[in-house]
Amino acid sequence: MKAKFLASAGIVAATAVVLTGCSGGNGSGGGGDSAAASCTNTIVNAEAPQVTVWAWYPAFNDVVDNFNNSNSDVQICWTNAGQGNDEYTKFSTSIESGSGAPDVIQLESEVLASFTIRDALVDLTEFGANDVKDQYAEGAWEDASSGEAVYAIPVDGGPMGMLYRQDIFDAAGIKVPTTWKEFEAAAQKLKESGNGAVIADFPTNGRAFNQALFAQAGSVPFEYDSVNPQEIGIKVNDQGAKDVLEYWDGLVKKGLVATDDAFTADYNTKLVDGSYAVYLAAAWGPGYLQGLSDADPDAVWRAAPLPQWDAAKPVHVNWGGSTFAVTKQAKDKKLAAKVAMGIFGNKEGMNLGVDKGALFPSYAPVLDSKEFANKKYEFFGGQQINKDVFLKAAAGYQGATFSPFQNYAYDQLTVQLYSMVQGEKDAGKALDDLQASLEQYATEQGFTLK
Amino acid sequence: MATTTALSSAPQAKTPAPAKHRPDKNYRRRQRWGWVFVAPFAAIFLTFLILPLVYAFRMSLFTSTLATGTKFVGADNYLKAFSDPIFLQGLATVAKFALIMIPAQMLIALLAALVLDNLATWASKFSRLMIFVPYAVPVVIGALMWGFLYSPRFGPAGSIFGIFGLAAPEFLAQDSIFGSLVNIVTWQWAGYYMIIIYAALRGIDPGIYEAAVLDGASDRQIAWRIKVPMISSSLVMVVIFALIGTLQFFTEPQVLRGVAQGAIPTSYTPNMYAFSLAFSYSQFNYASAISFALGIVVFVFSFLFLFLTRKQSGLK
Repeated sequence: MKAKFLASAGIVAATAVVLTGCSGGNGSGGGGDSAAASCTNTIVNAEAPQVTVWAWYPAFNDVVDNFNNSNSDVQICWTNAGQGNDEYTKFSTSIESGSGAPDVIQLESEVLASFTIRDALVDLTEFGANDVKDQYAEGAWEDASSGEAVYAIPVDGGPMGMLYRQDIFDAAGIKVPTTWKEFEAAAQKLKESGNGAVIADFPTNGRAFNQALFAQAGSVPFEYDSVNPQEIGIKVNDQGAKDVLEYWDGLVKKGLVATDDAFTADYNTKLVDGSYAVYLAAAWGPGYLQGLSDADPDAVWRAAPLPQWDAAKPVHVNWGGSTFAVTKQAKDKKLAAKVAMGIFGNKEGMNLGVDKGALFPSYAPVLDSKEFANKKYEFFGGQQINKDVFLKAAAGYQGATFSPFQNYAYDQLTVQLYSMVQGEKDAGKALDDLQASLEQYATEQGFTLK
Repeated sequence: MATTTALSSAPQAKTPAPAKHRPDKNYRRRQRWGWVFVAPFAAIFLTFLILPLVYAFRMSLFTSTLATGTKFVGADNYLKAFSDPIFLQGLATVAKFALIMIPAQMLIALLAALVLDNLATWASKFSRLMIFVPYAVPVVIGALMWGFLYSPRFGPAGSIFGIFGLAAPEFLAQDSIFGSLVNIVTWQWAGYYMIIIYAALRGIDPGIYEAAVLDGASDRQIAWRIKVPMISSSLVMVVIFALIGTLQFFTEPQVLRGVAQGAIPTSYTPNMYAFSLAFSYSQFNYASAISFALGIVVFVFSFLFLFLTRKQSGLK
């Protein structure tokens, strides 16, 4: 009897150990050698210390292999922890629990402030970030730093342009619009042609897309600096934003643009099947388009600069763009910083990103290279879209400031824009309501309003 | 060994009473074995339910803002929760769901069970399985599937309405999203409730029906006057399940939000609100308080319902 009892107790104990073992296993992402089993990539040099990386770049496997093959003193252990918000949710939870974050993480520049305020990112200046400053595009570097501190190394940018369907334009007799006034006239003409397509989509969940359009008319929604982390200036309802939103509200009311949610399966299909004649896109847009299915086989895509408010004084804006940051949970911060600076901080790595992942580089040696400018894109009938459109747009970009609660701000923007296109309120009221809700939120969160 | 155990425990089963007065050796040994068998469950129950609950409750007593850090505030978060218009709005939404969805599911489940109970052909077995199948589909997958069915582009509605020359309704628009969600939940759960009710119906002594027929009762009378009253305790249980599930409504709207972000805001239901507070806006403390506040509401409503139906459920 006694033997049996002990055996059962043993089983129970073993079960308990297995169970706790499981729950503990997920949490350890601390960059030790134990994490080797969970890497998506293969480790070339098994003796070298490893740095864990979360990222969702397309074709990133090749870039990681390139890094691991050319570095014997450190190896990347890469995991794709989800795209955008999916990854941020996990990161946010691991910050709260104090463990489970990777050493190096891909973050869009718009969310950097949201994580620096939670003291989750390492200032890279002490690891030599300023030494590589001149290797990066100015606006992108601006987005990744705050005051003297540098919280991330820029990787790719999203200067905006207009991708359009030459075939639809030709059939309706439309010239490529260069100003927003011409854009509206083109939209009207397209509608009258009875083709069934609308000129573009104005998604209420466009988030950074909507914000970029506002910025083109001079809207500066936030004033924030992590030097004074408790102070924030909010002005999401400034004249620039109101002018732009009134314009789009007009197009919506006249039925000239669609208001479909972005990033859904429906939207993806409509982008390529001729439902929209124009895709107002960032430089990563062409790569996104090429990956979509159910495309119209006769489509003729071309790229042109984003329409302007004042053709004499063009303003260039940016949508998206991402960076590599080092987390406070990184065990060896110096090594992690080396990885953050080194993954795309060399010609081979960045070229892989450009060729296979269709990234728009922030790394100057590639960005400024002749090869990149002259690169012909088959999808655009051999057009040199970088030279024609995106390089100009990128050169004019000066950086932007985001709030430390950007996710909340975007969610509220979606609420207000949806309410506007439903006809519940006009553009001015929508932005005033947004302003009020963000001011209230900031106050609740303990910020002082500037 | 096995025989000894059987022999030693056999007399115990006949006389369990004396153990209470004077714990003998056998009784203590059995007690010990009981704990051993319960231990695996207890360990998991403690680790994954009780401890997180205690931890979350502790969190809910603190507040932590982005700019100023963490401090103890006692019940402040709860006072804030019950006066938070977003939380109250979410509660109103799930209350509306409860009012529409629970009767709809109950009616369908009850009718299906009553019809199936009267049939004895292969068709009844087949239908029973078919009605139950949606429950076997994981909730997330079911919601994703319906997201595609509702899609104006990929869904069948466009072609079906097209036959009659009509435009398909927009299932994911602001005005219709409520009905679309009711439909998904009813589709998924009616079959499960049907099985519970059906099992209760099979448990009734058929002799009662024979007596009713002799007294001249029609099929309909038997169904409404005899069967339904006799399974009332199962019906109460089904309503309780449905009530708790509906007040905690989360998965379906959360998944459908992926294709209807305008129509389903992040705070559509209290659980979605807690989820986005915690994981999108990193307000873990207030999110814990919202979760507990919802727990209190669920408890109050369930208790109230059980109290009001104590006669039907046989609790009294």
